[in-house]
Amino acid sequence: MSLAAELFRNLVKGRATILYPFKDREKVHVPEGLRGKLAYYRERCIGCSMCFRVCPSETVEMIEDARGKRPRFYLDRCTHCQQCEDVCPTKAIELTKQFENLGFNRKEMILE
Amino acid sequence: MSVTTFKVPVGPQHPALKEPENFTFTVEGESIVKAEVRVGYAHKGIEKLMESKTYLQNIPLVERICGICNTAHTICYTQNVEYLYDKAPPRRAEYLRVLIEELNRIHSHLLWLGVVGHEVGFDTLFMYVWRDREIILDLIEALTGNRVSMSFTTIGGTRRDISPQIESKMRKGMDILEERTEYYKRTVPVDPTILARSKEVGILTPEEAVQLCAVGPMRRASTLRDDVRSDDPYAAHDEVPFNVISYDTCDFYARIMVRVDETLEAINQVRYCLDHMPTGPIRIRLPNTPPIAEAVSKVEAPRGEDMHYVRSNGTDKPARYKVRAPTLANLAPLLQTMTSRGKYEVNVADIPVLLAGIDPCMCCMDRSVRFVEPSKGKTWVWTMEQLKKYTRKSVRRPLSGNVAGR
Repeated sequence: MSLAAELFRNLVKGRATILYPFKDREKVHVPEGLRGKLAYYRERCIGCSMCFRVCPSETVEMIEDARGKRPRFYLDRCTHCQQCEDVCPTKAIELTKQFENLGFNRKEMILE
Repeated sequence: MSVTTFKVPVGPQHPALKEPENFTFTVEGESIVKAEVRVGYAHKGIEKLMESKTYLQNIPLVERICGICNTAHTICYTQNVEYLYDKAPPRRAEYLRVLIEELNRIHSHLLWLGVVGHEVGFDTLFMYVWRDREIILDLIEALTGNRVSMSFTTIGGTRRDISPQIESKMRKGMDILEERTEYYKRTVPVDPTILARSKEVGILTPEEAVQLCAVGPMRRASTLRDDVRSDDPYAAHDEVPFNVISYDTCDFYARIMVRVDETLEAINQVRYCLDHMPTGPIRIRLPNTPPIAEAVSKVEAPRGEDMHYVRSNGTDKPARYKVRAPTLANLAPLLQTMTSRGKYEVNVADIPVLLAGIDPCMCCMDRSVRFVEPSKGKTWVWTMEQLKKYTRKSVRRPLSGNVAGR
């Protein structure tokens, strides 16, 4: 009996899947606070190396540029644990809601 | 007439096993007279790796000991490190920990119920349960930002707070889940497919459960009422009320019912946590280096009692870390349930069902390394000194540089 009810409910419901990479991109459910791709704002960074110290997967490397010390991120190693964002004193690192984080080349995955 | 026995190897690669483990069953006709297990195929080296990372860096690593019960392992780890400092997290954080732990338990038990439906040949149940599991995964995602690896707990508290929107969403989700779980509770005892495959299958008597140190739902299905949450309360479990579930049929059916009832209890615990959540901070800041000490912490994971041991040496990295995952404790009882004894007979066809009965998570469990020479049937364990000596003798060139270097 309940199976028949289930059947009719599913018949009128329409399909549950979306043609994601080709169509309906906006229909992808992305929750608030998703730990997605890392974003870095150079102008806020003070080069304190806190992100380097807490990173569990060696994503962060400290380098020098014209303005002084700064991190470089190897995104292919990132586990999206958000510890760098948590410790950053100036909010220079942010985990955005962007969930597409793929590349065919490791060099493309470096965030300067 | 003489009876011939055969040895049937199952695994490490086998369709009935989800993870690589090797079982050898000695069969007489259809009935299994002896079951043996060989573990160690999924050794990940997590304990050693933990000694080279700081306490904060270890949190995401501990989480990856087990994918399904990751919250139990993180709570156990963070609690353990807090014991080293001899500091307790704020009360609100403890309530949030109970909340996320019970959400995790609902998710794990529903996943298991689906697997059982699949193993006993009742795929409709599998589809139903896994559809309902999406509700709980969405709630976890809304709260923590990820569906499975939650990264919610940290040393000194939790990392995120619960907002009123998520709270109301969670209450609605719990209502639906309660209704669905009640439905499964009504379905399981009357469904002929499940009953035929589960009643009086995999008997583990209470005496055997005590002798072989069964833990978790496996133990509680054998009439024993042992649960870390009530025996040795941690986090906010001393305030959050719940009933310890136990069944007295001691078979696979009891294991199903224990988990279904525990899901209902977990739903009530989540509601209690939402109703009685104290206000205040969610985290205290602790220094990077804990004092020299050692600590043991226990957590009731969905699969049973999970135990962690830590020893600090005055640096920001642990000197030794030991994890005893629940599946390891449940292996000996599993072999017992798979052995025919007296009037109780186990058939080869019961193997997948019985294996699913302990909710196995083999790669959480593989901790130690044992050397085996299968041709001679010889096994031995080496100490670190012996291993170093052997390595120096057999490796001609000296190891140099960073092996995993960039």
